[in-house]
Amino acid sequence: MGPQKPDEPPGEQRLPSIAVTSDPALIYARGLTKRFGELTAVDGIDFTVERGEAFGFLGPNGAGKTSAMRMIGCVSPPTAGELRVLGMDPTTHGPAIRARLGVVPQRDTLDEELTVRENLIVYGRYFGLPRAIVRERAAELLGFAQLADRADSKVEPLSGGMKRRLTIARGLINEPEILLLDEPTTGLDPQARHLLWDRLFRLKQSGVTLVLTTHYMDEAEQLCDRLVVMDKGQIVAHGSPRELIEQYSTREVLELRFPPEEHARYAEKLADLAAQIEVLQDRLLLYTNDGDDGAATVHARGLAPLSVLVRRSTLEDVFLHLTGRSLVD
Amino acid sequence: MTTVVRAVARVLPVPAGAGLARALVERNMLAFRHGWIVLISGIFEPVFYLFSLGVGLGGLIGVIDAGDGRLVEYPVFVAPALMAAAAMNGAIYDATFNIFFKLKYAKLYDSVLATPLGTRDVAVGEISWALLRGLLYSVAFLLVAAATGVVTSWWAVLTIPAATLIGFAFAAVGMAATTFMRSWQDFDYVQLAIMPMFLFSATFYPLSTYPEQWQWVVQATPLYHGVALVRDLMLGQLGFGLLGHVAYLAVMGLLGTVVAARRLQHLLLP
Amino acid sequence: MAASTELTAAGIPVPGRLWDRAFGYWLASYRRVWRGSVFEGFVQPLFFLAALGFGLGALVDARQGGVDGVSYVQFIAPGILAAQAMQTAFGEATYPVLGSIKWQRQYHAMLAAPLQISDIVLGHLVFVLLRVTITTVAFLAVSWLLGTIPSPWAVLALPVAVLCGMAYATPIFAFAARQDDANGFALLFRFGFMPMFLFSGTFFPVDQLPGWLQPLTWLTPLWHGVELCRALSMGTPTLGATTLHVGYLLAWMVGGYFLAVRSLRRRLVV
Repeated sequence: MGPQKPDEPPGEQRLPSIAVTSDPALIYARGLTKRFGELTAVDGIDFTVERGEAFGFLGPNGAGKTSAMRMIGCVSPPTAGELRVLGMDPTTHGPAIRARLGVVPQRDTLDEELTVRENLIVYGRYFGLPRAIVRERAAELLGFAQLADRADSKVEPLSGGMKRRLTIARGLINEPEILLLDEPTTGLDPQARHLLWDRLFRLKQSGVTLVLTTHYMDEAEQLCDRLVVMDKGQIVAHGSPRELIEQYSTREVLELRFPPEEHARYAEKLADLAAQIEVLQDRLLLYTNDGDDGAATVHARGLAPLSVLVRRSTLEDVFLHLTGRSLVD
Repeated sequence: MTTVVRAVARVLPVPAGAGLARALVERNMLAFRHGWIVLISGIFEPVFYLFSLGVGLGGLIGVIDAGDGRLVEYPVFVAPALMAAAAMNGAIYDATFNIFFKLKYAKLYDSVLATPLGTRDVAVGEISWALLRGLLYSVAFLLVAAATGVVTSWWAVLTIPAATLIGFAFAAVGMAATTFMRSWQDFDYVQLAIMPMFLFSATFYPLSTYPEQWQWVVQATPLYHGVALVRDLMLGQLGFGLLGHVAYLAVMGLLGTVVAARRLQHLLLP
Repeated sequence: MAASTELTAAGIPVPGRLWDRAFGYWLASYRRVWRGSVFEGFVQPLFFLAALGFGLGALVDARQGGVDGVSYVQFIAPGILAAQAMQTAFGEATYPVLGSIKWQRQYHAMLAAPLQISDIVLGHLVFVLLRVTITTVAFLAVSWLLGTIPSPWAVLALPVAVLCGMAYATPIFAFAARQDDANGFALLFRFGFMPMFLFSGTFFPVDQLPGWLQPLTWLTPLWHGVELCRALSMGTPTLGATTLHVGYLLAWMVGGYFLAVRSLRRRLVV
């Protein structure tokens, strides 16, 4: 069964300089488009990811985030537009690019026939790494993912958070320059999320470029230096979380609850109090720079909301402003 | 094994890979370390058949015409056919049930393709693994057959590569077929193709038992060529006719590999 | 089937009388997958009958003038009748049972309804009984049309073959309820099903086997099923032998049932 030396690396890896352009951006996309038959999943988007930053795609399910990630990960050829990853073209240099990427897919695709440690070792071997190196890195990553005491356990009985940490550890086995994370914390409990955020923050500190998708605003605020908001395949806004909030929202938001069927009527009465009013199923959102002042005015007019909440503006408000619908769906 | 299969795949019009198929073979070996007893148990099935039909039923049959007017004891006649059929069954099982599970449920290849490995590596790796596994069974069966005295010629050593070729042909076509399957129910069609071949490909009685027009149908099936190849080798009846059997199986395997790799590309990298 | 509406004074269903609800579930789900079971349970045994009975049978009859006073195909037809009942039982009492515990988890859903463990086991086993009956009737009818089952006594081979199937279904159910993964089934098929299928008198009289093996075959339920089906098919049943065979099969079925209930209770009620 073949010689015991490692297979020769792909030709592209031996001569990286031919393919690399002078463009310093790690990921560069212009007019990037993906169609599946009639459906346009990604509709001509432009973005650039620089080395060392954490870049996010924020949007509801079906916005095209995962399709964009799959194109960056070289497992989905773009239909149109230009895409460069690490200076190379994914359609022609897929293996060479993937050798330098780490991928954390939306659904954990761990190998349930193997143990925790074997998952890391086997995955490392897919990169053509020598056994000794893979073993050493697997031991380090088990520590990083806080799974050292479960190293020889099967994957199946692990908790959701443990599986997610193992998937992330697996994506790091080749010491990637870019880590792609598709909804890294969806479905996890709060403790598991915070632990994961901590690990991702450490990675960023150590110089790994993070590209992630999420539909959680708090996650985007926690992790992303810059992000783009996607809706229906297009980028509808981009900037840092702070910039987006400043640009598309007010400083504070006043949330009022009235009997649901009367929200529209109250919205009219309060229109002059805010820069903008959103009427949601269960509450009214008044965008204002001083929420407490707004609340006082509401009471002064003799209106008695069932509940009143004044809070800082968040990315969710940005999203509501941009697309007119609620984000967590 | 991987090296050979990869060299074959390189000259075929299949999608690119990174030459790392061996890593997938390693993965399968590691996975089977946890279920080795199932792996080993596969050796016994053809051996049971050999004793049941060869010894038990053989007592009722006596000698039989193995072609060219050569009369042999029934177990000598049926043993090579069981070896060929076992190579087919093993390869089909691996390339259909196991691959379907990995493709649709375990989503194994989704994670594999996030690494430098390409769809060609997946096809080459899985087919190589099926062949390695088949090799284990062929060697074991030949040893049992030799120990029970049904092997009559040193040429029988060549049944090992012959069985591997049978495995290649069926693994490749089986894998190609698997890429078209939608649910477990579709595997009934696999059974519907395999079971009659197992029973009617001149496995248990000579081709001459059939009426003339049916002989042509039997001779068109791949297992017939596998059985004829292994039987002639095990009995030491060498001739140029063997090359026809080899060509049939080789072409079948190559076509299967091309279709399998292309379909995987289509399924996994939309 | 009015049992399911029977309530105690307090309006609570009478325990142990709700099995027909579980049975109804299996019946409904069968409509989606009946196609494959037709192949497994009916077409496949017919292939064996044709290949071995007619093909190989021609050789046996030419040399031996038949077996035990009948042609070879008449000898194996009742054997295959009993063996296909066993096969259906193996198929229905392995993967579907473990799947209902572990993968699709239907048993958990049933248990959340007012069904008891015994309802679940009985309901599922009655469905297996129906499945075995269907394949047995079909095979018996075709065998009779082909003239391979000569005596009118063969009508009684129907309940005997079904009983033979159920003598396997209940203990295998118990086995399946104790498994953690499907590896145990692979071993059960290889080291349980296969040897019994091949050595329990289905294809040749057990006196063809070495003397030390023969008492082992008498322990298998299949041998009792085959012997009785064969006697009925030839029209030569005796009261003593019939009582012995039926008693032995009943013992396995009833013992297996209690074991199955116990095993499933230990698995699900924790």
